[in-house]
Amino acid sequence: MEYHKPGSFEEATELANKNAGIIRFLAGGTDVLVQLRSDIITPDVLIDMKYINGVKDIIENDDEWQIGVAVSGAEMSEHEKLAQEWPGIIEAMDLIGSTQVQGRATLAGNLCNGSPAADSVPSLIAAAAQVSITGPKGVRKINVEDVPIGPGKTSLKKGEVLSAIHLPKRTNNQGDAYLRFIPRTEMDIAVVGCAVSLEIKNEIIIKARVSLGAVAPTALLLENAAEKIIGSKLENKALEHLAEEASKACNPINDKRGTIEFRTHVAGVLAKRTAKIAYDRARENK
Amino acid sequence: MALDNQKNREFKIVGTRPDRPDGLDKVTGRAKFGADAYATGMLHAAILRSPHAHAKIIRISTEKAEKLPGVKAIVTREDFSKKVTGENWNVLENVMAGDTALYDGHAIAAVAATSSLIARDALKLMEVEYEILPHVTDVDKAMGKSAPVIRAGASDKSVPEGLHPNVVRYHESGHGDLSAGFEAADLVIEDTFKTEATHQGYIEPHACLAQLGGDGKGELWCCTQGHFHVQKTCAALLDIETSALRVTASEIGGGFGGKTAIFIEPVALALSRKTNRPVKLVMNRSEVFRATGPTSSTSMDIKIGMKKDGTITAGSGVFRLQGGAFPGAPMEFTAMCAFAPYNLENVKQIGYDVLSNRPKQAAYRAPGSPMAAFAVESIIDELCNRLELDPIEVRLKNASREGTKASFGPKWDRIGLVECLEAAKQHPHYSAPLKKGQGRGVSSGFWFNHGGETAVTLALSEDGTAALSVGTPDIGGSRASMCQMAAEELGISYDKVRTTIADTATLGYNEVSHGSRVTYASGLATIKAARDAVKKLCARAAKKWNIDEEAVIWEDGFAKPSGPNAGDFEPIPLAKLTKSMGRTGGPIVGHFEATPEGAGVSFATHIVDAEVDQETGRAHVVRYTVVQDAGKAIHPSYVEGQYQGGAAQGIGWALNEEYIYGEDGRLQNTGFLDYRIPVASDLPMIDTVIIEVANPGHPYGVRGVGETSICPPLAAIANAVSNAAGVRLKELPMSPVRILEAIKNKT
Repeated sequence: MEYHKPGSFEEATELANKNAGIIRFLAGGTDVLVQLRSDIITPDVLIDMKYINGVKDIIENDDEWQIGVAVSGAEMSEHEKLAQEWPGIIEAMDLIGSTQVQGRATLAGNLCNGSPAADSVPSLIAAAAQVSITGPKGVRKINVEDVPIGPGKTSLKKGEVLSAIHLPKRTNNQGDAYLRFIPRTEMDIAVVGCAVSLEIKNEIIIKARVSLGAVAPTALLLENAAEKIIGSKLENKALEHLAEEASKACNPINDKRGTIEFRTHVAGVLAKRTAKIAYDRARENK
Repeated sequence: MALDNQKNREFKIVGTRPDRPDGLDKVTGRAKFGADAYATGMLHAAILRSPHAHAKIIRISTEKAEKLPGVKAIVTREDFSKKVTGENWNVLENVMAGDTALYDGHAIAAVAATSSLIARDALKLMEVEYEILPHVTDVDKAMGKSAPVIRAGASDKSVPEGLHPNVVRYHESGHGDLSAGFEAADLVIEDTFKTEATHQGYIEPHACLAQLGGDGKGELWCCTQGHFHVQKTCAALLDIETSALRVTASEIGGGFGGKTAIFIEPVALALSRKTNRPVKLVMNRSEVFRATGPTSSTSMDIKIGMKKDGTITAGSGVFRLQGGAFPGAPMEFTAMCAFAPYNLENVKQIGYDVLSNRPKQAAYRAPGSPMAAFAVESIIDELCNRLELDPIEVRLKNASREGTKASFGPKWDRIGLVECLEAAKQHPHYSAPLKKGQGRGVSSGFWFNHGGETAVTLALSEDGTAALSVGTPDIGGSRASMCQMAAEELGISYDKVRTTIADTATLGYNEVSHGSRVTYASGLATIKAARDAVKKLCARAAKKWNIDEEAVIWEDGFAKPSGPNAGDFEPIPLAKLTKSMGRTGGPIVGHFEATPEGAGVSFATHIVDAEVDQETGRAHVVRYTVVQDAGKAIHPSYVEGQYQGGAAQGIGWALNEEYIYGEDGRLQNTGFLDYRIPVASDLPMIDTVIIEVANPGHPYGVRGVGETSICPPLAAIANAVSNAAGVRLKELPMSPVRILEAIKNKT
């Protein structure tokens, strides 16, 4: 097994492009190292991203937040302004693992691991987040929902590496939230995850994005469900329609963590509960 | 070995809460656990395991693995004794498969190499040709007509004719006339309950360091609840003499019964014998789940009749337990514990021990009893609900007490069930109002407790301190209790006694730390050994004073003349007698060796409040109270710790823990991510009440406390959850999926 510490994304891209075999990028390592130790994967090449300039930075620009690929969950939670603007993303990230894992786990890693149950991914999709991808042909920007394409699979091509995460800046009257269902209280993997981000005007929802995790091969962006609450004040009827659409969008599997029926039902329940929290946050955020 | 008649005895150290002597080592990392041992020239071992639930082993090819640089030896079943019989044969068959892999994870071969990475790589180079056989993992299916026969001819004489060969043992007990009893009832409820297998979930995986020479002499360091048992079994499996193998028990990171069984030690010894090098073998978590012993899973039919006034007129139970591919599922304990808290005129219980393609079950805290309580106490709760009766009043009305006939035969000695129920009734928890969405459940539970072979030595040092050697690994703070009992008898302070878990070369045979026996049996032995030492101390004083030994008494650490008639002498403190012992007759050592049989049974009553999310089926325990009879609490904090531990494990078992098998018969959740033991935030503060109804079979009245605490939780939690959900839950674990399904089916 080869281990590399590139000093730039270009160098990382080159390494990934020229090497054959199983290549894994190391950010926090909270997935890769566990998979390696339990013989799930044995990479030929490990490319450690943590030594590239700026990967540990959270940068606030006029129109966006830029989050480096090696920024840990704990660093995000402790960033007061970011946490204030995107509480849903922060709470999603904060649900991942223990305090120790929080010190290492990253948004970029959570996304690139390709798990349909990744907690931070629905929250990023609801937030309309984008990612920069550096490859042999330069840098391209795509929506987060276009990154995962199936369990353990992403749309990134040979030699491509995720190089930054971009979040829109928030204005007043906006709020987001993430809820997941697990059998225990913490240290678990989502049976269903749901994120909602919305904007209100005079208490009426004018924009909304709804995303579900763990109910399909990838996290889903539910445009139809969002339609059901846009124009509403989140009255019971709107919530019921939201739940119906959320359940309808599910395409889950029966596995050791939950049944199709259970996941489909709980997706609706969580959609209602998450929307309420996001709505309350938008109302408080004047 | 009966209860002391010491009416006015006031304990000075027993009943206090000193720091545990092993505490500092454990919090500083100095304590040495199984995997903390190293030896010069040590090799690392790894075990190849079957990926199939049931398969004939056609051929094992090790050539490629042997050629890997660093690989020193490979062992298979050929490297073990061919003479073993009975339970030793079962253990060997489990430790290393013979001609058939009997479950997913069954050991097929093992390798020793110069590093654990090389050993793991070597496993990937071993080729095993299997012929896959049909498998069965469910207890009811394993008894069905079409089930594959796991081992022909394994049934013993107890099994009635006409049953599937997978039924290997049968139990029947009870008394009275069932049909008359049910006839006399105003309401009879009959139902079927199921529980899934759960693992003890100890933090420390099995680990050992073995050395065995060509001369048949060996040393073994391992993490176990009973190193004498390890010694005896390993000697048999390797065909060496028992005393030629010295076994030392490491500190233990949890056992709960699961470390009374033997899995890796004989393998490490066989590899050591083959390489003439020390061999270390450490399981990973996945191996612990796949190949060590979980509990049995169960399927149970219960029928109980009750009069309108709450009198139980009859009870019957059929208990089907699978214990993996080996006989030994504790179905007789399940049957015998089921109705133990009730004084019934008409009662009958039947048990079946059934083979399946799962790992060999091992003891888990009161083996078999918690499941029985779940089934029986659920029906009692349902009867109380339908007849609108108070569940504690009903339990009091029908309670077993001194002199009544137990459901499994004998007459009860002095027991503390009524005291537990009364204390539960009086506890503020029982009358506290419930919030919306919450339900309350109560349950009683019973465990036999055990004595067992025990040997203890107490050596006094010149400076007046005492070195106590016991042979029962400390799995629950027992060294603290032993120090307390020895200090109490000797009349010296707690910190003047050091208790060591002695190796197998130092003491006579000690049965494993199981059956909640340690504080009872090793405690009794410690008291007796201390009294033996005191007798010798008194003799030295008598010699000095030139009076009869009987004229000397021991009080508060001093030898004193027994009265004015004995003479007027200045009392001599222990330290003065030990200082001169070399000149007055030699070292002073107290001994005790016996098989005490007066382990007092123990009962408990638990009260649980649970909350159920009606929309998602998620249950959460919000309040928990344990009331249990300890006989006499030597160290109350560790008694409370046992009570809370039993409740905590019970919460996991009741709500989320389970062995999940796929269609292919392979275990799907071999790690703590999907085998969900409760995390700290899943648990409420667990309140405890210690009842002390002295055990007539122990000098201080001690009853074992470690196991009874896990008997009521499954039932108490199920009753609370069912009352909160508004529907009876009959299958464990009560996962959100099951609860939501039950809620949906109700309407």
